[in-house]
Amino acid sequence: MVAGMWIRSTMTYRASFLITLFTNFCVTFFDFVAILLMFGQVKGLGGFAFAEVALLYGTAGTAFGIADLTMGSLQRMGARVRDGSLDTFLLRPAPLLAQIAGDKFALKRFGRVAQGLVVLIWSLCLLDVAWTPLKVLLLPVAVVSGAVIFGAVMVVGASVLFWIQDAAEVTNSFTYGGNTLLQYPPTIFAQDLVRGVVYVVPLAFVNWLPALYVLDRPAPAGVPEWAAFASPLVAAVLCGVAGLAWRAGVRAYRSTGS
Amino acid sequence: MTSHIEPFIELENLEKVFTVRRKAAGLFRREKSEVRAVDGISFAVERGEMVGYIGPNGAGKSTTIKMLTGILTPSGGRLRVAGIDPARERTRLAQRIGVVFGQRTTLWWDLPLKDSYRLMHRMYRIPDARFRENLDRCVELLELGELLDVPVRQLSLGQRMRGDIAAALLHDPEVLYLDEPTIGLDVVSKARVREFLSHLNTTQGTTVLLTTHDLTDIEQLCSRVMVIDHGRLMYDGKLSGLHAVGESERLLVVDLERELPPIDVPGARFVRSEGPRQWLAFPATASAAPLVAEVAAAYPLIDLSVREPDIETVIAKMYGGTRDERRESLM
Ligand SMILES: Nc1ncnc2c1ncn2[C@@H]1O[C@H](COP(=O)(O)OP(=O)(O)OP(=O)(O)O)[C@@H](O)[C@H]1O
Ligand SMILES: [Mg+2]
Repeated sequence: MVAGMWIRSTMTYRASFLITLFTNFCVTFFDFVAILLMFGQVKGLGGFAFAEVALLYGTAGTAFGIADLTMGSLQRMGARVRDGSLDTFLLRPAPLLAQIAGDKFALKRFGRVAQGLVVLIWSLCLLDVAWTPLKVLLLPVAVVSGAVIFGAVMVVGASVLFWIQDAAEVTNSFTYGGNTLLQYPPTIFAQDLVRGVVYVVPLAFVNWLPALYVLDRPAPAGVPEWAAFASPLVAAVLCGVAGLAWRAGVRAYRSTGS
Repeated sequence: MTSHIEPFIELENLEKVFTVRRKAAGLFRREKSEVRAVDGISFAVERGEMVGYIGPNGAGKSTTIKMLTGILTPSGGRLRVAGIDPARERTRLAQRIGVVFGQRTTLWWDLPLKDSYRLMHRMYRIPDARFRENLDRCVELLELGELLDVPVRQLSLGQRMRGDIAAALLHDPEVLYLDEPTIGLDVVSKARVREFLSHLNTTQGTTVLLTTHDLTDIEQLCSRVMVIDHGRLMYDGKLSGLHAVGESERLLVVDLERELPPIDVPGARFVRSEGPRQWLAFPATASAAPLVAEVAAAYPLIDLSVREPDIETVIAKMYGGTRDERRESLM
């Protein structure tokens, strides 16, 4: 319903709608071509074979895509906090988070999910792995948990905007930057960075740990093997943290003087 | 069931403190300071009342309303609307209140009014029959018929304001908060809005709390007025009672046969003279009759008239004007 309204309101500026649609399509398409070219050139990365890197890329990309599809609008909330237009949302009988998340719906975000899924499926076709039922189950669980982890980090990032409206750049580096990081094997990064991604901002649970288990490779940073299955747990804990941060943020909201 | 005993809106020592940082000397040094926007306000409003909430710029009116709706979380004190703590249960309260900010629309900027209303319909889960009935009534009384297909961004200020008022009422709120609903409206639009609000209050029994800088709004609509300044409640009562509190004075304009020295009668104060005409001030709460009799008995009188104190003057004085300023404005 709301999405329908959005499309209608966008259609009122018909020309700009078509241009947006076209550019979004082009951006997504060229992104995709760039990835294919990259994979075509690089035979392996940090001791990981081409198909293995593709698995990392696909899982991170899909998880991030889903999170961005649902929560991507949050990063633009800083302006609303600054100019006080959040007031209107706070008057309505629906949870604020849901309203902001559904505020601006961008078609290009579907492109991101599709792109991640294509690479993921493609890598699964190429991979030469001894599949076990556990591995087959782990993969979708990891992708869904990964999406939730990214979503929770986005919510925490958005909560910070209630205090510091210009913080979007910093908080985006955790999500967009994290996504880029996770698309490559942990072996190519400095150990300290990898440790940070495991123990501080636990993005490693999005795909690194589960995917490494699937690939029968040792987990990085001295993490025990069972950690590969801890993604749902990490996702749940992060959701709790995100909920608390968001609440504190809303309570700190100060509107504007006029 | 407690709502029958408790007042509908109840504030107890409500406070809102904003911490503001100011750039101080030096590049990175910043000074923190506190703005006590609402500084310990207590009042209660019963169901069905229509209350005016007035005060000078920056008094804390909008801040109070934002706390009443749950937009802002109070820094201290207690607050209940329909038995609900607004900041805690904001979404539940939203079903029961309607809000109009004169300065800011709650409508969807790019959508025609009609579509905004349809979204409200969904969002507030208004029963179809109620929705149709309320919309028809608002469209008729606020004369929105021709505007329904116009995108909100194309509406004029007065049209948008009427659209906003209708939007705030579709879900049958028990209380309507209006923050400067007549700001920037022409005389005709103001009259229409006032008439609508008064109709709403009498027919639907909706509780109304409104802030305004136009005292005519208050005079025509509100039986009760609250005056705040610097975040504190200065007055709460009938509009007419403001005269007593404000020590306001009425003026007796006396035309004498010829120029005479200042009239000196008990109970009145000489203000000024201009040839044979003299101005006397006396308390607004006192009767004019004995004064008139005394002046008539002692002086050669041609004509006289009583000038009522201007409510704006009274309030301006309450807003912290000095005695001298008042004397000037009385002339
Ligand atoms: N978001 C904010 N941050 C800092 N200070 C604020 C904020 N909102 C309001 N204030 C301060 O609180 C005080 C009260 O503001 P408020 O908007 O409630 O006044 P008001 O009575 O509505 O005034 P007006 O008649 O001008 O609308 C002012 O001093 C204002 O500067
Ligand atoms: Mg205001």
